[in-house]
Amino acid sequence: MTRAPRPMRALHPVAWWLWALALAVAASRTLNPLLLGAVIGVAALVVAARRSQAPWAASFRAFLLLGLVVLGVRLVFEAVFGAPIPGITVLTLPEVTLPEWMAGARLGGAVTLEALVAALYSGLQLMAILACVGAANALANPTRLLKSVPGALYEVGVAVVVALTLVPSALAHLQLIREARRLRGQPARGMTSVARTATAVLAGALERSLTLAAAMDSRGFGRLRPMPAREKRITATVALSGLTCLLIGGYALLDASTAPLTAVAMLASGAALALTGLHRANRRAVRSVYRPDPWRWPESATVASGAVAAAVYTAAAVAFPADMLPTTSPLTWPALPLAPLLATLIAAAPAWVAPPVPSAQSTADLVPSIESDEHLPRPTKAVAA
Amino acid sequence: MIRFEKVTLTYPDAGRPALCDVSLHIPEGELALVVGRTGSGKSSLLRAINGLAPTFTGGTLEGRVTVDGRDTRAHPPRELADVVGVVLQDPRNGFVTEIVEDEIAYGMESLGLPPEVMRRRVEEALDLLGLNDARHRPLRTLSGGQQQRAAIAAVLAQHPRVLVLDEPTSALDPAAAEEVLAALQRLVHDLGLTVVMAEHRLERVVQFADRIVHVQGGGQVTDGPPVQVMADAPVAPPVVELGRWAKWEPLPLTIREARRFAGPLRATLSALQPTPKQLVTPTSAAPVSELERVRVLYGSHVALDGVDLKLHSGEIVAVMGRNGAGKSTLLRSLVGLTEPSAGRVRVGGQNPVELKGRHLTGTVGMVPQDPGDLLWNESVRQECTESVDPDETRRLFDELAPGVDPAMHPRDLSEGQRLALALSVVLSAGAPLLLLDEPTRGLDYPTKHRLVSLLRRRAAAGGTIVVATHDVELAADVATRTVVIAEGEIVTDGPTRDVVTASPQFAPQVAKVLAPVPMLTVADVLAALPEAL
Repeated sequence: MTRAPRPMRALHPVAWWLWALALAVAASRTLNPLLLGAVIGVAALVVAARRSQAPWAASFRAFLLLGLVVLGVRLVFEAVFGAPIPGITVLTLPEVTLPEWMAGARLGGAVTLEALVAALYSGLQLMAILACVGAANALANPTRLLKSVPGALYEVGVAVVVALTLVPSALAHLQLIREARRLRGQPARGMTSVARTATAVLAGALERSLTLAAAMDSRGFGRLRPMPAREKRITATVALSGLTCLLIGGYALLDASTAPLTAVAMLASGAALALTGLHRANRRAVRSVYRPDPWRWPESATVASGAVAAAVYTAAAVAFPADMLPTTSPLTWPALPLAPLLATLIAAAPAWVAPPVPSAQSTADLVPSIESDEHLPRPTKAVAA
Repeated sequence: MIRFEKVTLTYPDAGRPALCDVSLHIPEGELALVVGRTGSGKSSLLRAINGLAPTFTGGTLEGRVTVDGRDTRAHPPRELADVVGVVLQDPRNGFVTEIVEDEIAYGMESLGLPPEVMRRRVEEALDLLGLNDARHRPLRTLSGGQQQRAAIAAVLAQHPRVLVLDEPTSALDPAAAEEVLAALQRLVHDLGLTVVMAEHRLERVVQFADRIVHVQGGGQVTDGPPVQVMADAPVAPPVVELGRWAKWEPLPLTIREARRFAGPLRATLSALQPTPKQLVTPTSAAPVSELERVRVLYGSHVALDGVDLKLHSGEIVAVMGRNGAGKSTLLRSLVGLTEPSAGRVRVGGQNPVELKGRHLTGTVGMVPQDPGDLLWNESVRQECTESVDPDETRRLFDELAPGVDPAMHPRDLSEGQRLALALSVVLSAGAPLLLLDEPTRGLDYPTKHRLVSLLRRRAAAGGTIVVATHDVELAADVATRTVVIAEGEIVTDGPTRDVVTASPQFAPQVAKVLAPVPMLTVADVLAALPEAL
């Protein structure tokens, strides 16, 4: 009797998210295209080194594409709507004269190199942040992440995860319906056909969700410890007032006329109240966790490497803003500050410190020799007819 | 353990209650088998045990259902999770996680069991259902039998005292079904678990049952020991039918019991030298359809490999084989849903992939594994109007599933009625080649008999029918020729009688009882012995 090989342990999903968010914070502190490029490169490197074979691992590429689209949109908007910046004119668009009351806005006109470069930098920054989020998505297993969600929020987390699985299952169902239309000799195109197909897909998705809900409920999902009504009311009040304080504090922080100290105090008390509410609500949850992901040194190292990048970038933005936010008017070649560059390289550490995922070779034996027909991907070529 | 007291369950907008004045007691440690006609309310009865009906189905429940002393009115399904484990009809729709091991732990996590208990029970459940080799595998890559066992293991790990299963073997091939049933029997014997199971394939399960609960058409329920209920139940496996006809007392439920009685009958039959059933092996010139060295790949998985097959007019061909052997792929290539990567498929001299619309439906028709996929209209009436020949569809449907309100939504039909509707829609197009993928899933014996006689008439009128099935009784009953597929290759191809009697896995019950006399069905025996025994 051979024992099934235990797959290598994966890094704690929370560690991946903390690392990626820290890297995103770093990217938000600079407009230097060289540093932003380095951040994107580091995210790509770590994803390439440590992503698994799971379906969500392919999402990094989608995030990069999204980033490119954002960058393109940013450039086009700058060219068409951007406020005029004097400098080298690259091209002149026909300008639309806007009415008096829209003074300050502009449509068309001269497009300067300076304006385009500024747009390119801020677009790159968005792209780098998207790349960080994409890396977290590709690296962290969403269902394992769910295990780290506090008990009181678990149901919400499940709803999100189930909603995410709805799309792939609806796509599979769509395929079935198109085949069925072919079997009944009905056209696959046309308005009625599209409407009917959409209805059927939605109905199918709803039906599957209901079945899943019934299955989950009969297995004990959402069991709560009894709690006196008074206790419940107190918990709800605490949590709600905490959230209200957070809202007011956030508004105060953005509003220049409020003293920053008031805002910070409001935020702090709000956070404390909200956490207390969450803690109280947790006492009602009965869930336990099977084989929780351990937090060992690779997790700490991963988070630390991201934190170093975030800290160095934040400090550098204060210490030498000229390097971190290179001026575009007049145009200068951006310098490459050494400290942030080194910090970015440190953030690439997870590519080595995170436990390696099983290679394609060793996952090959996970593919079953006997697989039922209905679960196999179906060639779609013939159906398009 | 489970007690129904004057329970009446009525779904909203339903003309009559699904369960009517049901009083029932299932004691601890029994394996109760729920039988009944298609759409009679078996699933409703099962779902009422832990309150899924009416909590998730809507409707009103009068009376009282108690499990282990807990009233389902006061306890929603999640509060009963530690007492009742439910495995619904298609386990795939009920999986919450991705990996076998996580799925088994999921229910225990909901119950809040301590980690060390969970670790121990996961190992126990894996061993009990023989899943240890698959513990790290994604659920969606498992075979049908493994998925069913994973679903049972996941529920068992919660240590329920009652296990409720809705058609646990209907989608499984005979070997996989035996695996699941053997595991269940071990649970009943070793752990004293109470099992309530609905199943149409009585020939597979009736010998394991301690009690049979019969749900009648109007939602009334009777129960009793298997021998007593089987003596006059309208649904009965072939071995019971043979026993009833031969007036064996006590009525045998297993092959072993029946063989003890069957000595004289075997002697009579072999003395008669029965003329074999008229197996038309048509020699007519051109085949209706032809596959030449067909190879189908899904990625790197070879689904069909070098398949040669000629189908003739008047033939009914049963395609058998394990879950995932390539049966469905064979049918899909014949109807042009799957394009072979090598080889040639011809139906009526044409390539089915190139056929469209009415040209396709007039040449070859297929009813897929889930017949509901073919139905998307708002009502039965509308489905008929949308078909190629509305009057013919209506007539066929009334024949296969009499007494269905034409205003009903196809989703509200029972599985058998849905199959009847999809089949009628496909048949009305009048294609000479008809393909059926697993048509008897969820069908009761009377509906099956009507299906069989319809198929026979189509074949006699010159049609060709290909049936992919796990149901050996159906193959024995209707098929003139049987093709066995394994790993994408045709292993055996020959007259049904020769193929099924040669292999114990595919032999129908009557053949097992009467071996070595080569008879497959009760009808064969009746035909050989016109005068009563």
